[in-house]
Amino acid sequence: MRRHIISVLMENEPGALSRVVGLFAQRNYNIESLNVAPTDDPTLSRLTLTTIGADDKIEQITKQLNKLIDVVKLVDLSEGSHIERELMFLKVKVSGAQRAEIKRTTDIFRGQIVDVTSSTYVIQLTGDSDKLDAFIQAVAPVSVLEVVRTGVSGIARGEKVLSL
Amino acid sequence: MELLSGAEMVIRSLADEGVEYIYGYPGGALLHVYDALFRQDRVTHILVRHEQAATHMADGYARASGKPGVALVTSGPGATNTITGIATAYMDSIPMVVISGQVPSDFIGTDMFQETDMVGISRPIVKHSFLVKRAEDIPMTIKKAFHIAQSGRPGPVVVDIPKDITNPSDKFEYVYPKKIKLRSYNPPQKGHSGQIRKALDLLMQAKRPIIYSGGGVILGQAAEVLTELAQKLNFPVTNTLMGLGGYPGSDRQFLGMLGMHGSYAANLAMHHADVILAVGARFDDRVTNGVAKFCPTAKIVHIDIDPASISKNIRADVPIVGPVKAVLNEMLGAVKDSKREADKEAINSWWKQVDEWRSSKGTFPYDRGDGGIIKPQAVIEALYETTKGDAFVTSDVGQHQMFAAQYYKFDKPNRWINSGGLGTMGFGFPAAMGVKLHYPDHDVACVTGEGSIQMNIQELSTCLQYDLPIKIITLNNQALGMVRQWQDMQYDSRYSHSYMESLPDFKRLVEAYGHVGITVEKPDDLKGAMEEAFALKDRLVFLDVKVDPNEHVYPMQIKDGSMRDMWLSKTERT
Repeated sequence: MRRHIISVLMENEPGALSRVVGLFAQRNYNIESLNVAPTDDPTLSRLTLTTIGADDKIEQITKQLNKLIDVVKLVDLSEGSHIERELMFLKVKVSGAQRAEIKRTTDIFRGQIVDVTSSTYVIQLTGDSDKLDAFIQAVAPVSVLEVVRTGVSGIARGEKVLSL
Repeated sequence: MELLSGAEMVIRSLADEGVEYIYGYPGGALLHVYDALFRQDRVTHILVRHEQAATHMADGYARASGKPGVALVTSGPGATNTITGIATAYMDSIPMVVISGQVPSDFIGTDMFQETDMVGISRPIVKHSFLVKRAEDIPMTIKKAFHIAQSGRPGPVVVDIPKDITNPSDKFEYVYPKKIKLRSYNPPQKGHSGQIRKALDLLMQAKRPIIYSGGGVILGQAAEVLTELAQKLNFPVTNTLMGLGGYPGSDRQFLGMLGMHGSYAANLAMHHADVILAVGARFDDRVTNGVAKFCPTAKIVHIDIDPASISKNIRADVPIVGPVKAVLNEMLGAVKDSKREADKEAINSWWKQVDEWRSSKGTFPYDRGDGGIIKPQAVIEALYETTKGDAFVTSDVGQHQMFAAQYYKFDKPNRWINSGGLGTMGFGFPAAMGVKLHYPDHDVACVTGEGSIQMNIQELSTCLQYDLPIKIITLNNQALGMVRQWQDMQYDSRYSHSYMESLPDFKRLVEAYGHVGITVEKPDDLKGAMEEAFALKDRLVFLDVKVDPNEHVYPMQIKDGSMRDMWLSKTERT
């Protein structure tokens, strides 16, 4: 059982996303996170999803995804060297000495405070999922009001590209 | 250039695609299309009595002819009634195009009268689907639908068309595209030569080989080349339920169907094989029995057009992705060119063993009884003799289906038409109608049960309207036979709702519909009645055969065992 990042280039057509998501539900596969947007080519969307499974299950997932008519190409990024990032917004309730403490922690994690009120901060943080998890733990003593995460986006290192 | 409305384009595109018959039922969302249908004569519409039957008719036609079948249905209930037929086609990889009407574009999502999200509701059971957005897109969309439905691993495609797009007063330039290219869809045209070489090496060294061929051989029109290769190599052959006719059923090398109700010889040969050549078969659980105990000594060569079918249930040692016909042709060519031969000595002693299994148990033996009651197996044997093995035979699902598969020897592909994957009761009768329309000069028989036939019996009316003289042979055991068999074997004969109580008098029922009904109750009358039914060339004949209600289908594999673990009768197991 290993975590995989599957990146899919698909037709930017209505219903294409529902076919991908529906496939996972229909075949009893799990989606950990999902992230989709158009690419520089407006006819194509790029979808990145993370899932956990044994090798034979992941093989089936990629084969079944490839069978979808809207799927143009896909790659399992976790098979090679790659970069992955996730964006998180974290809204915390802060007062008094906590304000400076949270600011310091945010700096250590190379995050930014992007909104400030007399009682709250909104912190923006990018990184891999583990780093984001670690940050949430680090600020655990203060009251976390809201967490928003985008899901993983990824790209292969070096000259390897996923394109037509 | 010609100007056509969206509605006219729908029908014209079908005509230009070469579609002769469509099966359907009108309704509000489709009225423009039905009006366009009225004003042309290239496409013939068959009015069914239930949309499910329309899809099964299209399906039956597709299975017999190899060409996509087409159904035309309205929005809402018309569309939802096709779901069982679409799922049936999907499970068996049958090319089909279902055109459904939809409420006008502006109203989509408002829960308008007779609205359902057809694209959404059918999504898990289609190869692909389209919601048409503009009338101008209709010809291209229909072209794409047919291309997708019949290429690669075939399957059903839905085209959902909102009513406003078929408005007769809006006209557009019409050209039916000649070719289609989809950047995201390129099914393989041939197999990997390196893999084919590897496969041949295995086959030539095999001591105990067997060919296990499935529906893909029929769909891929590869029966001829498979037969030639199998005979050249002198390997034993077994077919799946879907693959019957892919190798001549009456040939010496054929061991009968394999799997849950497969023959003793086929299942034992599979279990003891050292090399299995799996062709267009997907290792369905009805074949493999317990996956953990499946064929412990076998290396597996698996040819399939769908990469996802390879190593899904059973890991292949040599996977070959490609059209079975092209791959088998390449294999056959290589065998001929290199003058390579299989290990003759080993194969001969393998045949000795296989023949011993076959002769010790027979292919499909059964207790013929004392002549007091008709055995269901005898009905199929009578059907085989009467039609000389040359009929198209459709079936529903249950004991009768297995008896037909076991006792009718199919020597040609596309002659055995049944719902293998989904197991749809109600399939056989409308499927037979689809076959008969396209093969009016051939015998078409629907082997069914008194349970299954009642699931689409309203189509007797359609048969009268279009004069479809098929033969319906009902193995009437007054119970849901296969359900009851399982209840006998696994639930201490507690027959929870497996009885068909209050059965109609089928003879009088079919007579009410204007057809011929014959009731057969005595073994001595069986052959005569069967001959009478087929002698009445121009009439639909419903043969209601009262058979032994206590008969079980054997062999039957023992749950979670290996291929060779079988019940051979009520008291004997392997």
